[in-house]
Amino acid sequence: MKIIDAPPSGPVPYEREFALKLLTDMLRIRRMEEKSAELYGEGKIRGFLHLYIGEEAVAVGALHALESRDNVVATYREHGHALVRGVTMEAIMAEMYGKQEGCSRGHGGSMHLFDARARLFGGNAIVGGGLPLAVGLALADKMQGVERVTACFFGEGAMAEGAFHESMNLAALWRLPVLFCCENNLYAMGTAIERSESQTDLCAKAASYDVPTLRADGQDIVSVHETTQRAQREVRGGRGPFFAEYRTYRFRAHSMFDAELYRDKREVEEWKTRGPLHTFSARLKAEGKLTEEEFLALDREVGAEVDRAVAFAEGGTWEPVEHLTRGVYTNTETEREGT
Amino acid sequence: MGRLSYREGMRQALREALAGDPRVFLMGEDVGRYGGTYAVTKGLLEEFGPERVRDAPLSELAFVGAGIGAALGGMRPIVEVMTVNFSLLALDQIVNNAALYHHMSGGQFSVPLVIRMATGAGRQIAAQHSHSFENWYASIPGIKVLAPGTVEDARDMLAPALADPDTVVIFEHAQLYNMEADVPEARNTDIRSAAVRREGKAVSLITYGGSLPKTLEAATQLAEEGIAAEVVDLRVLRPLDMATVLASVRKCRRAVVVDETWRTGSLAAEIIARIAEEAFYDLDAPPARVCSEEVPIPYAKHLEEAALPQPAKIVAAVKAALGR
Repeated sequence: MKIIDAPPSGPVPYEREFALKLLTDMLRIRRMEEKSAELYGEGKIRGFLHLYIGEEAVAVGALHALESRDNVVATYREHGHALVRGVTMEAIMAEMYGKQEGCSRGHGGSMHLFDARARLFGGNAIVGGGLPLAVGLALADKMQGVERVTACFFGEGAMAEGAFHESMNLAALWRLPVLFCCENNLYAMGTAIERSESQTDLCAKAASYDVPTLRADGQDIVSVHETTQRAQREVRGGRGPFFAEYRTYRFRAHSMFDAELYRDKREVEEWKTRGPLHTFSARLKAEGKLTEEEFLALDREVGAEVDRAVAFAEGGTWEPVEHLTRGVYTNTETEREGT
Repeated sequence: MGRLSYREGMRQALREALAGDPRVFLMGEDVGRYGGTYAVTKGLLEEFGPERVRDAPLSELAFVGAGIGAALGGMRPIVEVMTVNFSLLALDQIVNNAALYHHMSGGQFSVPLVIRMATGAGRQIAAQHSHSFENWYASIPGIKVLAPGTVEDARDMLAPALADPDTVVIFEHAQLYNMEADVPEARNTDIRSAAVRREGKAVSLITYGGSLPKTLEAATQLAEEGIAAEVVDLRVLRPLDMATVLASVRKCRRAVVVDETWRTGSLAAEIIARIAEEAFYDLDAPPARVCSEEVPIPYAKHLEEAALPQPAKIVAAVKAALGR
């Protein structure tokens, strides 16, 4: 996508308090991840680290349109989703450090953030791997008469996987309450969408399963939020699954190992003009809902939260290596696993 | 209790599970209207309805994954994958989700799912429908693997599998479905231990599933020649009950493992490695194994028979171990 749309603009249809909540959450993700990248450079965080920078409006806008009882299934680029769902920044940071105070006890790391209380079912690092799970979670709710939406996030890369097609078909066939949330950031690692999809109109693709679809500007949190509101209402109404596409862009490399040979730096710079954070804060300022001083104060508060998270992770403890074989099976936290 | 087939035993267990727990449901290809590819689920649709005996499209990856999701969501699904051959299409969900979620989530989530599948060769249905991959599944930490080899176990192992908080994969050898036996009333059994099916002291024959009847037949033939073979039925392929295996091996001082998976990397290879590690000095002869030959299972009857473990091969392996 060489020619991009104009930066998001126009009125923000929210009360100041809610608008600032959205802005704050985007900022929290941004600052937490900037710090994570720094810590990666220092060797504090290892393994894969997939940054969401540039895409924050999607998780924040979409998840604020859902309810706390809803299920969330996410990908390996899920720091933001975890944070918005209420996993503390401390627990996320400790997880990235590999400490046992982490939200997955240091067993998962950056790609596998879990939280039962937040109904966050991972952090799934197999592309497309979360989609069948989401179908099953929705099936369980339907069979138990529980009114709940299961939101399943995945990238456009997952739409080339069989898991996407099988899951769409099954969810539609059985009219299951799944909200399929496609975060289309135009690149599956280094493969541009035109190089991996015969049909690049992803909504058309999803619609072939007799599933209603909507497309949102993923850089515009208002568009994301409104779209998700409509979509989740449809799903909650019992008519079956819904497919939402969020057009977005990853500002940083795929992971910390990516030299970004596959895209033009000018393209990245062009997309940065559509950055979700600065365009939204500019709109709030234009409407008199936010002053520069307030923004700076907010940023300081978020910075303090990041500092606390890092301190928490630094002060965390390593799970004793004697516990290595524990927890492979349920109810065996203290006994040695049989093999 | 009377006479029962392996198929009827399994069906009885499924019926009891459905009747006893509203969270239990069946899902798989042709489990409902068709009555089950091997007729195991016949009649259950009429009894429990299409919500709980759920025909799935030919989407192994999605419906196995949906079983995992439903288990995470509070249900107790029993997913039938028509055969192990097609389970390869669902392997990602089993290996990367079912087996890992408990540990990877720091213990927050469990996947109480039962996956049943037919396995094995012997019916001239050629290479793509004759696989045995129990060894693959048994190598994965996080899941449990069962292989009922008797009618009683076909009936009694499902209940503890369903009660288990983690994913349990049950392999049903397709050649066993018609096997009949006089069985006592259903009883509580465990999914932790192996069972000695025939006592002896000359050689320990270690096997499971579809190879169990063949091994018992070989033991009968050996008895006629004065060789008292002990037959150990593993029953549970993960975790392995090595205590029972090693006790038998130490008593008999000779071991032959019979396993229908391909020889290289077979479950037999693992068992022999453990025998070598833990009972090497108790052995009077090198342990031996009878596995499938390293060829795609052929269609032609004589070739298929030659490719698989057979009683005559087991007898020959025992005699070689005894130096006779």
